[in-house]
Amino acid sequence: MSYFVIVLGAILVNNIVLMQFLGICPFLGVSKRISTAVGMAGAVAFVMTLATIVTYLIQYYILEKFGLAFLQTIAFILVIASLVQLVEIILKKVSPPLYQALGIFLPLITTNCAILGVAILTVQKEFNLLEGVVYAISNAIGFGLALTIFAGIREHLDLQDVPKGLKGTPIALITAGILAMAFMGFSGLV
Amino acid sequence: MNQWKNFTKGFIKENPVFVLLLGMCPTLGVTSSAINGLGMGLATTFVLVMSNIVVSLVKKGIPDKVRIPAFIVIIAAFVTVVQLLMQAYVPALFKSLGLFIPLIVVNCIVLGRAEAFASKNKVGSSAIDGLGIGLGFTFALVLLGSIREILGSGKLFNITLYSENYVTLLFVLAPGAFIVLGYLIAIINRIKKN
Repeated sequence: MSYFVIVLGAILVNNIVLMQFLGICPFLGVSKRISTAVGMAGAVAFVMTLATIVTYLIQYYILEKFGLAFLQTIAFILVIASLVQLVEIILKKVSPPLYQALGIFLPLITTNCAILGVAILTVQKEFNLLEGVVYAISNAIGFGLALTIFAGIREHLDLQDVPKGLKGTPIALITAGILAMAFMGFSGLV
Repeated sequence: MNQWKNFTKGFIKENPVFVLLLGMCPTLGVTSSAINGLGMGLATTFVLVMSNIVVSLVKKGIPDKVRIPAFIVIIAAFVTVVQLLMQAYVPALFKSLGLFIPLIVVNCIVLGRAEAFASKNKVGSSAIDGLGIGLGFTFALVLLGSIREILGSGKLFNITLYSENYVTLLFVLAPGAFIVLGYLIAIINRIKKN
């Protein structure tokens, strides 16, 4: 499969948030300001790429080698959880300002289903390591794109006269629906 | 605590989807039909009840510092059990739920109940709490799935209600999930106020 198709497919056509419904919690939770949205997207991109590489190696060099493929779920979630901890510790030491910016998002990432989802999808789609890395980065870009657009819309939404019953979550979800509709326009691309 | 209240709180008052806004990914991802919603809801309920029971049984033996990883391992073990059971007995449903079965492990509802309830309460009430919240989650999924299936494919539980010529396909596609859930939450908010 060509890398171009993987990149375009993951960012636009099968956008991880709007089309595959992964990572909805941070999508709704940290999308009130563009600045926090960008921070979250950065943290996710970092962990997602790292997690995909590590889980790929574990899947093919440990689990399949020893016939333990049924332990995939347990192994992957443990790897991701410890990876997040590791990133947190390293970031705290190496770059305090970055830790200040991303720190509160990092614990949330463990339970971000986009990370585990992409790790499992990479195995399911039978990508090789390089394709897996490209796929993870593209998905992270797709996540960042959706999150940033959504945050931008929500900043404007704060100033609008929304009907009382729809204030807060309902209007956010309906906005996300319209955004998803816009992304459906890409569906013929690849 | 009154056990009946403990059981029923998950349906409206503390409904994980409509009120607490937890577990949104499977809620939006699998509810293109009522039957998918039911399957996902029951699978999650099983994991919720079992992990609540085990967490409340072993809570004294787990050091406080590593309790979250320990909870995650317990949850992941039961998710694997569900995964293998569904693969063996309901392969069609397993296939249509796809990725979202292993993703039960990162469903915030499950970890949330383990941390907030099961790690502080007795085995009996923890099991009831898991069952109540799980069935509340199932209720939300089936409701959302039914509405989308009726509007989007003119069917309910695969029984045709009206001609396919009049359906709005959008509702079984991705945007429909967001829009229907948005209006449902608005309606629930309204009901809760009265």
